[in-house]
Amino acid sequence: MSAPPLLDVDGLTLDFRTRAGRVKALDDISFSVQRGEILGIVGESGSGKSVSAYAVMDLLDGNAEIRGGTMHFGGADLIERDRAAVRSMRGREISMIFQSPRTALNPIRSVGRQIADVLVRHGPVPRRQAKEKAIAALRKVRIPDPERRYDAYPFELSGGMCQRVMIAMALACEPMLLIADEPTTGLDVTTQAVILDLIRDLVDNSRMAAILITHDLGLAGEYCDRVAVMHAGHVVETAPMAALLGRPAHPYSAKLVAATPSSAASIDELASIPGNLPNLLRDDLPYCRFCDRCDRRVARCDTEPTPMTAVGEDHLVRCWSPL
Amino acid sequence: MAYRAVLQRIAGALPSLIGVVIVTFLLSRALPGDPAAYFAGPAANAASVQQVRESLGLDKSWPEQFWRYLSDLSHGSLGHSLTTGQSVVADLVQRLPASMELTFCALIFAIIVAVPLGVLAAARPDSIVDHLCRALVTMGAAFPTFFVALLFVYVFYYVLGWAPQPVGRLDEIYYTFPSEVTGFLLIDTLIAGDFAAFRGALAQLILPTVSLGLFALAPIARMTRAAMLAALGSDFVRTARANGLAAGTVLFTYAFRNALLAVVNTLGMVFSFLLGSNVLIEQVFGWPGVGSYAVSAVIASDYASVQGFVLLMAVAYVLLNLVVDLVAGLIDPRVRFGG
Repeated sequence: MSAPPLLDVDGLTLDFRTRAGRVKALDDISFSVQRGEILGIVGESGSGKSVSAYAVMDLLDGNAEIRGGTMHFGGADLIERDRAAVRSMRGREISMIFQSPRTALNPIRSVGRQIADVLVRHGPVPRRQAKEKAIAALRKVRIPDPERRYDAYPFELSGGMCQRVMIAMALACEPMLLIADEPTTGLDVTTQAVILDLIRDLVDNSRMAAILITHDLGLAGEYCDRVAVMHAGHVVETAPMAALLGRPAHPYSAKLVAATPSSAASIDELASIPGNLPNLLRDDLPYCRFCDRCDRRVARCDTEPTPMTAVGEDHLVRCWSPL
Repeated sequence: MAYRAVLQRIAGALPSLIGVVIVTFLLSRALPGDPAAYFAGPAANAASVQQVRESLGLDKSWPEQFWRYLSDLSHGSLGHSLTTGQSVVADLVQRLPASMELTFCALIFAIIVAVPLGVLAAARPDSIVDHLCRALVTMGAAFPTFFVALLFVYVFYYVLGWAPQPVGRLDEIYYTFPSEVTGFLLIDTLIAGDFAAFRGALAQLILPTVSLGLFALAPIARMTRAAMLAALGSDFVRTARANGLAAGTVLFTYAFRNALLAVVNTLGMVFSFLLGSNVLIEQVFGWPGVGSYAVSAVIASDYASVQGFVLLMAVAYVLLNLVVDLVAGLIDPRVRFGG
């Protein structure tokens, strides 16, 4: 833990301006990623997982406003640095892959050309060599017969193949960090395992780090080294994966762990977490945005803001009455 | 592959052409007025009108007339115009280039203005360009073409005197027509090396082109803007941005090429609208095209000419759709492979 983290997000606060008012999408969130590890960001839909990633990538919509906090990548300030510099880092030093890979690829450009576009943009790769390099990138993500696939269009490939193409594109310039936003949603279970095994192997065999954004704690448990649990725009707990699964400290994390089905569970045993996310448009959001759903609520929850406190080595929780 | 696709599309157009032949026949019979009476002239008595009717074959039953129409058609004949005395085919061939030149110029003008406007409006929503685009679209859609045309003639010819007299394609008092090669004056004058006539033809073209083009501009700009907004908001543009592609590459290679499909389809539609609006513009500017020909034919109950004109438009429309389909295939591999 002595080396400075590759990506360090500290106290990031972000609103979306909408007609209905300000959506307080992220409030004082902090997490970091070390080289060579996979960080899982876990939480239900609308908890701010993707927004955090988009903030790092500078892919936010025009109505987003960063109101506080810092983001550092490899020592460079991502917020203060000028936009052009951040944008030239995208694809070269940080890359991102998305869910529904078939729509995330340009439907009318061959997948090989799309990879070549990225190579030509970032690398000192002349156009003539770009094709060779793109084929090599396809081979690296274990796409069979890459020479032939170079000329394929996304609609001619399966969803799993398209996701591999996306990964090949994201990794073409050997970035230091790969952000995978629900990369296997919409893919069948066997393809899911293949894709995630591929990402795990790539991280293990290089100095690359990865962030895996998922709503599936079980999946994160299998592939991630550390995890950040998000709820309603807060990071409520960060911990090594084993510590979180073994001794979750935040009531929400505990319920998530309890709600994660094991393969032996029958349909009757599936647990759910009662209640919904609070409306983030509210101006009177409670200090703890989980308190309305929490059965461990104490008086202090309503009166004092909750800080991140250490409950173990590299294990932080945002709760006044942790487990 | 492409050759077979073309053949397939042409075969697919055949039923609509057959339908068009039947409908034009029926429509031209439904025209009010008696062509025989018109043709025989005001001084004719009932007997001579009857004589004319028989010589035109109008005394026969409709199925018989239709059969004659079909057999003429199979010999490439559309009958004779009652007003010009020439064969309808000759009339149309003579007048078509004027209409085509005007329509093409209007379409090119509309594309050159509308497509960049739509792209910029989508790339910078709520900017000045976006508002300009909205204003132009509203104006183009709100004002009828003939009104704009009359306004232009009044302002630029009558008041300001910038534009030449609206007397057709070329003012024959000052210029001589070049020998016909393509039928397009802008091209023929250049081939003949007559630059004065080229300038004259161009000057005559500007007002009708702009008034016709303004009308075409609105749908093209609106469609380009909408298609660009959809493309820019799509997942694959987000991917392209996430991979750091340059803004220009994202805008043109990724977003615009995808938007182009919708734009090309709109162009096909707009072109056919233009063929229709030509009728009005040609009247205003004394343009010797097929549109003004059709108007005089309708007024004179000249059914053979009307029939020929409608058939020509229908064939043009079918061909146009064929071209649009083929261009769409060039842009989008999914169309090309029938996927």
